[in-house]
Amino acid sequence: MDASLIALALMDGVSYAALLFLVALGLTLIFGVMRILNIAHGSLYAWGGYFAATLGLAITRFGLPAWLGLPALFVAAIVIGGLLGTLLEWALLRRILDKDPILQLLVTFAAFMVLEDLQRLIWGVQPVFVSDVVNQLGTLQVAGVTYTRYQLLVLPLVALAALLGLRWFLGRTALGRQVTAVTHNREVATAMGVNTNRVTWLTIALGGALGALGGALASPTTSFTPGIGADMMVLSFAVVATAGLGQIGGAALAALMIGLARSFAVYLLPEVEVLMPYLIMVGVLLVRPEGLFSTVAARRI
Amino acid sequence: MGSVRLRLLVVALLVLVLALTLKLPWLKTPVLLSLSNGLAVLGVIVLIRAGQVSFGHAMFACLAGYGVAFSGRAWNLDALLLVALGTAGAACAGALIGLFMVRYRGIFFGMLNLAFSMVLFSVLGKFGTLTGGTDGLRFDRPTFGFVQLEREGFETALLLLALALAVLAGLAVQRYFGSINGQALAAIKTNETRLEYLGISAKRVFWGGYVLSATLCGLGGSLFALTQGLVTPDMGYWVRSGEVVFIAILGGAGHAVGAFIGAFVFEFVKLYAAALLTGAWQLVLGLVLIVMVFAAPTGIFGLLEKHLRSKGAQA
Repeated sequence: MDASLIALALMDGVSYAALLFLVALGLTLIFGVMRILNIAHGSLYAWGGYFAATLGLAITRFGLPAWLGLPALFVAAIVIGGLLGTLLEWALLRRILDKDPILQLLVTFAAFMVLEDLQRLIWGVQPVFVSDVVNQLGTLQVAGVTYTRYQLLVLPLVALAALLGLRWFLGRTALGRQVTAVTHNREVATAMGVNTNRVTWLTIALGGALGALGGALASPTTSFTPGIGADMMVLSFAVVATAGLGQIGGAALAALMIGLARSFAVYLLPEVEVLMPYLIMVGVLLVRPEGLFSTVAARRI
Repeated sequence: MGSVRLRLLVVALLVLVLALTLKLPWLKTPVLLSLSNGLAVLGVIVLIRAGQVSFGHAMFACLAGYGVAFSGRAWNLDALLLVALGTAGAACAGALIGLFMVRYRGIFFGMLNLAFSMVLFSVLGKFGTLTGGTDGLRFDRPTFGFVQLEREGFETALLLLALALAVLAGLAVQRYFGSINGQALAAIKTNETRLEYLGISAKRVFWGGYVLSATLCGLGGSLFALTQGLVTPDMGYWVRSGEVVFIAILGGAGHAVGAFIGAFVFEFVKLYAAALLTGAWQLVLGLVLIVMVFAAPTGIFGLLEKHLRSKGAQA
């Protein structure tokens, strides 16, 4: 493996990890506040990607200025995440908070099945792929490798911004502190006067928007087909489980680990490429069943 | 509960199924599919008893199916041997994977099973030279009890075998639920810490349940493969696992009979609805599942049980 190939694998890995991280961040955020693993999160990724592609096509068709392409990705994510997230929270998640954990899992799984089929009814089964944004931003030469600016700069920067922004929001703003309080203990937070319903709704909309953003940002470089939501759901769960549920900084490292391992596997051992994330997850969980960065929690009996 | 009435119900259902299939031969295939599905659902019900749900158990049915197809192609074995081999394969896989899985509960358990099944699915699709890729593997109709039967006869024989296996498996699972191990398994759901204080290893108990559930899924998968004469990676796709969990909730996870009632209702609704609703099948499944969770979390059998009980009280 020569230097340029290593550089290529590194850049592939980092840009892939950035997307993975955004989706995993949304998943872990929602889990933190609701203690429910939202399996429909994979659908938010898929819907975000499809909707972004639709917007991209609309921009070309109506002859709108091409620079709108990049902001359109973010608009798509906010619209889808906000709408679907609100719908999910209002129709299902808030109604199952006190149910058996099995039933909670089943309900989000059912929502996932419904969203998968709706997505197929809306966007069909043909691969959807709109790469105008990538072409427009051009390429860059790094270590003798030509790489798109979009994947090398935009994706990691957005992921970094999301990480730092969320840290700042959760730690330094009044609303963010309320979210953290609900994460720690819902009951006590309510007793202290936190509007838990509003905080929950906000977190789900934000988490959903992050998932959809992952999809929207992936849409210029990935062709979207039915089933992509399920793959991403399991992958982002692998990231979250490797890091430990609810660990934000840990998710970034885990995403980087999995992204790099996968991209190196593409060049070194193409046969195990799809297996790589799972091998890492299983390896980590064998040693640390709660994930790499989980803290010891007091047992509530 | 009113076990006499329940037994009567089971016998009546069995007679009804037998009479109908002998009268209307076209029913054989859907009934066979329901029975093999029901066996897999029975496996999932064992796990639900422990308060766990797996979104990847179709992988054991799929493994058993491929076991049947491989050995059928390679050695031309008898159908009975193939069922035994496929089931044993799934049991071994369950024993191995179970060693890892018993450490996890709840979300982790469900999702790790899903992850394993997706690995299997993509491996089966990737190594096309060995597994036939996404087209799957076809195999010739084997002998049954060392007798070469025509298609008609083979299906009847398979149907009788499946019915017998379903009854046996149902009895075995109910027996297991009543045993010490089965009671300990249910205690994993209610209070695992107390179970450990009793000096019982929760992991070991759960491992037993996991292997049993994998075996039952394998049995279902073997029969499914023999019915179709074809196995595809789709047998292990996550949607299939979701369907199995769905049927368990639909039929009712409280009793083995619920698995088969659910499987029959599911198969026949699918038979008619799938033609009308091509492309929206998952959507309907999802909506019904949500309604079931809110309106009737004990499933069809739960509703039936209430009925059996109140009648029994009157008598």
